[in-house]
Amino acid sequence: MTTINSRIPEGPVAEKWSNYKAHQRLVNPKNKLKLDVIVVGTGLAGASAAASLGEMGFNVLNFCIQDSPRRAHSIAAQGGINAAKNYQNDGDSIYRLFYDTVKGGDYRAREANVYRLAEVSNSIIDQCVAQGVPFAREYGGLLANRSFGGAQVSRTFYAKGQTGQQLLLGAYSALSAQVQAGKVKLYTRYEMLDVVIIDGKARGIIAKNLVTGKLERFTANAVVIATGGYGNTYFLSTNAMGCNCSAAMSCYRKGAYFANPSYVQIHPTCIPVHGDKQSKLTLMSESLRNDGRIWVPKKLEDAKALQEGTKQGWDIPEEDRDYYLERRYPAFGNLVPRDVASRAAKERCDKGFGVNNTGLAVFLDFSESIQRLGIDIVRQRYGNLFDMYEEITDVNPGEKVKTVDGIDYYKPMMIFPAIHYTMGGIWVDYELQTSIPGLFAIGECNFSDHGANRLGASALMQGLADGYFVLPYTIQNYLADQSIWPRLSTDMPEFDEAEKAVDARIEKLMNIKGKRSVDSIHKELGHICWEYIGMGRTAEGLKEGIKKIEELRKEFDSNLFIPGTREGLNVELDKAVHLDDFLTMGKLIAYDALSRNESCGGHFREEYQTEEGEAKRDDENFFYVGCWEYQGSDEKEPTLIKEPLEYEAIKVQTRNYKN
Amino acid sequence: MAKNISFTIKYWKQNGPKDKGHFDSHEMKNIPDDTSFLEMLDILNEELIEEGKEPFVFDHDCREGICGMCSLYINGTPHGKTERGATTCQLYMRRFNDGDTITVEPWRSAGFPVIKDCMVDRSAFDKIMQAGGYVSVRTGAPQDANAILIPKQNADEAMDCASCIGCGACVAACKNGSAMLFVSSKVSQLALLPQGRPEAAKRAKAMVAKMDELGFGNCTNTRACEAVCPKCETIANIARLNREFLKAKFAE
Repeated sequence: MTTINSRIPEGPVAEKWSNYKAHQRLVNPKNKLKLDVIVVGTGLAGASAAASLGEMGFNVLNFCIQDSPRRAHSIAAQGGINAAKNYQNDGDSIYRLFYDTVKGGDYRAREANVYRLAEVSNSIIDQCVAQGVPFAREYGGLLANRSFGGAQVSRTFYAKGQTGQQLLLGAYSALSAQVQAGKVKLYTRYEMLDVVIIDGKARGIIAKNLVTGKLERFTANAVVIATGGYGNTYFLSTNAMGCNCSAAMSCYRKGAYFANPSYVQIHPTCIPVHGDKQSKLTLMSESLRNDGRIWVPKKLEDAKALQEGTKQGWDIPEEDRDYYLERRYPAFGNLVPRDVASRAAKERCDKGFGVNNTGLAVFLDFSESIQRLGIDIVRQRYGNLFDMYEEITDVNPGEKVKTVDGIDYYKPMMIFPAIHYTMGGIWVDYELQTSIPGLFAIGECNFSDHGANRLGASALMQGLADGYFVLPYTIQNYLADQSIWPRLSTDMPEFDEAEKAVDARIEKLMNIKGKRSVDSIHKELGHICWEYIGMGRTAEGLKEGIKKIEELRKEFDSNLFIPGTREGLNVELDKAVHLDDFLTMGKLIAYDALSRNESCGGHFREEYQTEEGEAKRDDENFFYVGCWEYQGSDEKEPTLIKEPLEYEAIKVQTRNYKN
Repeated sequence: MAKNISFTIKYWKQNGPKDKGHFDSHEMKNIPDDTSFLEMLDILNEELIEEGKEPFVFDHDCREGICGMCSLYINGTPHGKTERGATTCQLYMRRFNDGDTITVEPWRSAGFPVIKDCMVDRSAFDKIMQAGGYVSVRTGAPQDANAILIPKQNADEAMDCASCIGCGACVAACKNGSAMLFVSSKVSQLALLPQGRPEAAKRAKAMVAKMDELGFGNCTNTRACEAVCPKCETIANIARLNREFLKAKFAE
């Protein structure tokens, strides 16, 4: 049986990272000049890694599918970034951020990685401020903070509702400086389609120039993928349209383990689905839960009236509203973690209390906070989100309707959970190296730090931690003895073979010449995944889901239609490649969900819940990372390998957000 | 409640930078007015593919107004007309009427050559950024983030300047094809913060020089750029850029 070595350094958890850095191998400055590193992706993780590696002296080749590195979807993160600065003097510490993250992840993250994340979190804020990231400040000039779900301290730094944008532009500017310095070569509108393995090590990639349609070969001493998550498997998600899992799947097919694919985060505050022509779901920042209160009616007849449109939210008087999060979780109230909030919304809607015409929405109401703070302060905090909501729905959440008995009634937002982030991803060890030597995975596309559920404002933290402060160190431990090898020629047979395989795959897709568009099949996949592999899963449903995806795969293989030719730009062809991989990904999520007979974090199996409807973990049997190994064909079921989790610093407990 | 509208869409087809290009048109029937503009184009493309035709190509990605990828010139206005700043992806069909003819063109500017249809090459913006749009700081261990106090007003102002999404609507709207609003927003953000001061003059000079070199025009204060900016950047930024630029010149 294959065993897994996660290469966690010796010593107590708080000293591991220092110990590692003290003893790791480094590359001397001259040798750095001889070493090439490919970084695929220019989001927070990719751009920060490429910039940092370039500054250190490595030659970096940086790829992105968009027209500019600044478009990567990190840009859309709204709420903030966590760090254990304790600027608010509210009792925060590295240990507490570490503890909250492990607990928030429902005790399924790797302890040593999370501690390191909390440890470097403070440097990220320092780094970003030095770059000129305009974080929000107090009148005295100090940095401001706010609180986020799953925490009882205010440790989230933010830049309006555009924190991801500002952090990404910071990383992009550092990257731009390195491009100018000649240390990073940028390849925009390029898509990685395969990783090239030579003598068991990752030594290059095959990438498609999306404008010319040509396949090109690139060689390097190490390959880093920073290509984000696989949320778009579900078609409708908060991801950008271009987000895909193709680069990650190509690594998986070449033997990199895929870990915990069933841990998919469903974000509680998104604008509800409005019709079958919808292309994506828009997130409303979790920060809204700081001042917004989530509710549905207490009475079923009121819910019915709302669904039929005979009543509006403001017609339901205060005493008939069920603030169900405050009721169920008094200690955390509206700020419970995302998985808990999402499931609670689903529970209410399943019982018939949904508030829109589809019955799949709950209210997020600012009446109380506007009355308490005044509209100006509320708009200062959330103005851009209110505007965005109004632009999409034609409803202004800051508009007062009436005052009854001294209580102001404003128009509430309607929200519903949507696929947002994927905690699972390519398996990496402590050094962020995958199971293929020389192949590294950073940011959302790896699996290690968030366990089964990610807390708000932790994704930005992890992306930048990996890119600025972890990978630039750990990759040297690998590269230290690689400079003795000469730069490889891309004429080697391994490159030939990889390119031929990609070429054959594209040819096959072009030659199906059926009737159905990529989107029509992708939408169907989305429905299957949401229905059977979504928020509430059962063994039976998952099996059914797998069967349905297999049937859809047949439809894809026999009835897909891609207009145009493979020469030049062909958007439909690129989408078809992505869908080909989403179909395999969907099944992988289902296999993992089926094998995990417990509920934890974003993975909820309806068979495993308490009487109160809370997730029921099974630490005795499932206290491990589920790593899936490809078996040579997308048709074959992958093999599960387990990486046991070992906790030293934290006592594993049942998650409690009630008291 | 959503109502349905029908209209004609005229869209630009151009096969590469050297092709002359032309308009195609298509009748759109019963489109719910709560559909976003880009979802409407998705429907158009599904119908074209159904007919065996190649889809209409345009850039888009996040579809929530922040990535800056979408870039359509709709009925003569970059990103189409809304009351407040919005990108193409945030434009909804309720802004249009039954029976309308809607014209969709690419950004037209020497600085942004067409790749295909309405997809243009905006790599010039990256090159301008590379010329100086940063604070030269290495990854490592800078001082504590609270070591330098920054008055809230300056931080807020810097944040407003930093909101630019690099979409290029300013260039598309400008009769001179000037990129001054884009350049000045970045120069302003960094000039307003103590971290950006040491390189402020050098930055202004380098970015303006690169902008000129890449074929963007000059600013003649017509204010067309700020009228279409989806992030409401103002020409006050341009004034600030000019001040920084002059300072740099005098220092020579």
